[in-house]
Amino acid sequence: MTDIYGPVTDWQNDFDHAVPEYNERAHEIWAEFQSSGCPVAHSDRYGGLWAPFTHEMVHEIAYDTDHFTSQGVVVNTGRPLIDAPVGPAPPITSDPPFHNIARRLLLPPFSPKVIAAWEPEVRRLCRELLDRMGEITPGESVVDAAMQYAQSIPVNVIARMLGFPTEDEELFRGFVHDVLERINEPVEARMEFMQRLDDYLTVQIEEHRENPRDDLTSYLLGVEIEGQKLSIEHVRGSIVLLLVAGIDTTWSAIGSSIWHLGTHPDDLRRLVEEPDVMLFALEEFLRAYAPVTMARLVKDDHDFHGCPMKANDWVLLPFPAANRDPAQFDRATEFVIDRQENRHGAFGLGIHRCLGSNLARLELKVAVEEFVARFPSFAVDGDVTWSVGQIRGPRRLPVRIDSVA
Amino acid sequence: MRVTVDSEKCQGHNRCFALAPELFDVDDYGTAVVIGDGSVPADLEEKARLAVANCPEFAIEIEE
Repeated sequence: MTDIYGPVTDWQNDFDHAVPEYNERAHEIWAEFQSSGCPVAHSDRYGGLWAPFTHEMVHEIAYDTDHFTSQGVVVNTGRPLIDAPVGPAPPITSDPPFHNIARRLLLPPFSPKVIAAWEPEVRRLCRELLDRMGEITPGESVVDAAMQYAQSIPVNVIARMLGFPTEDEELFRGFVHDVLERINEPVEARMEFMQRLDDYLTVQIEEHRENPRDDLTSYLLGVEIEGQKLSIEHVRGSIVLLLVAGIDTTWSAIGSSIWHLGTHPDDLRRLVEEPDVMLFALEEFLRAYAPVTMARLVKDDHDFHGCPMKANDWVLLPFPAANRDPAQFDRATEFVIDRQENRHGAFGLGIHRCLGSNLARLELKVAVEEFVARFPSFAVDGDVTWSVGQIRGPRRLPVRIDSVA
Repeated sequence: MRVTVDSEKCQGHNRCFALAPELFDVDDYGTAVVIGDGSVPADLEEKARLAVANCPEFAIEIEE
């Protein structure tokens, strides 16, 4: 793989979130920006990139659809090829007023009550993955909680929701890795792997046209906007969104939560002894370890608190940093397992609130519950590898199992 | 005590319904609505305050 930019030595003026050091040291880097006089990073990389780190600024941009477009939400070396207000992956890449039309099509299948019905299935899947870890010798056995557990949960669920073959899991993970992590490669390389994804989806969509069934792909092929079926580009774009947004994000949230419990034995004990604390712990995992940084493009040249943003510059929306801003949260950098006041923005703020938030919450809650129910005592033991780019979470997470229930 | 939801501000985070399903419901689009006229029985006042304290969009208000 060809990273066209290389390492960062100056985070203020040559910022790049795709160097491995960024996600490894994220909490430290955010705190430095939040306590410095200038909480906005800039870079000439990616054709111009800004990154504000305070809750106030992230909040402001998330609500400002006049100066910022969602047409592109993953910073990369290129620029989106499908125009606003639809964008390449509606509704996440859409702007008002089209955004609301595209979003309302997808809200019902992800509503709290529809998603709640998936709980037994998610639980069964988690238990199966735990069973598959084989014989465990307490105090000795080390499992990779990211690879052997967290990773498989969301990919399996979203493949089934879309009606895609679950045996293509590996392929989906490859697509998502290409889109979200290979952001600093030349535009030609990106075009090539985006084409591979498009080709795969075209085949799946064709197959669903011939054999419609009860899944999200058939649903998208059947719905209408003002009496018109969706274009193939819209259907494919929405599937790209569901596939890309539904996998690494939740994988990261589950992994980070297990990482936290494997490095904070008091919190693990509390969760084991008092399972009801999960009502609050779930939200604190999401606040303290929010996996998703979003992005926007600047519409026209715009002065943002003295930052001379140019049309088509990228702007990162680091909700995970906003969630740890001491100006917004008490004990912001601490994990408070039963935090009572928690207006975190892990799923975004404003009109683009994560469509899959109810599914993500369900998967995270059940995955953590089942892991600690099976392994009431465990500890991170070995080198942890973190993802690169806008989604932050462990990709290798060696955990020593100290007891089995 | 009474609770109200501003449906313009609500973005469907679903926090109120998770914390206080006795007081809030959600429609097919995930938007929150108060149950009945929003009156809060004394034993649910704590839950109403929790819902307010956890709404990321500041869409819920309490009238004492």
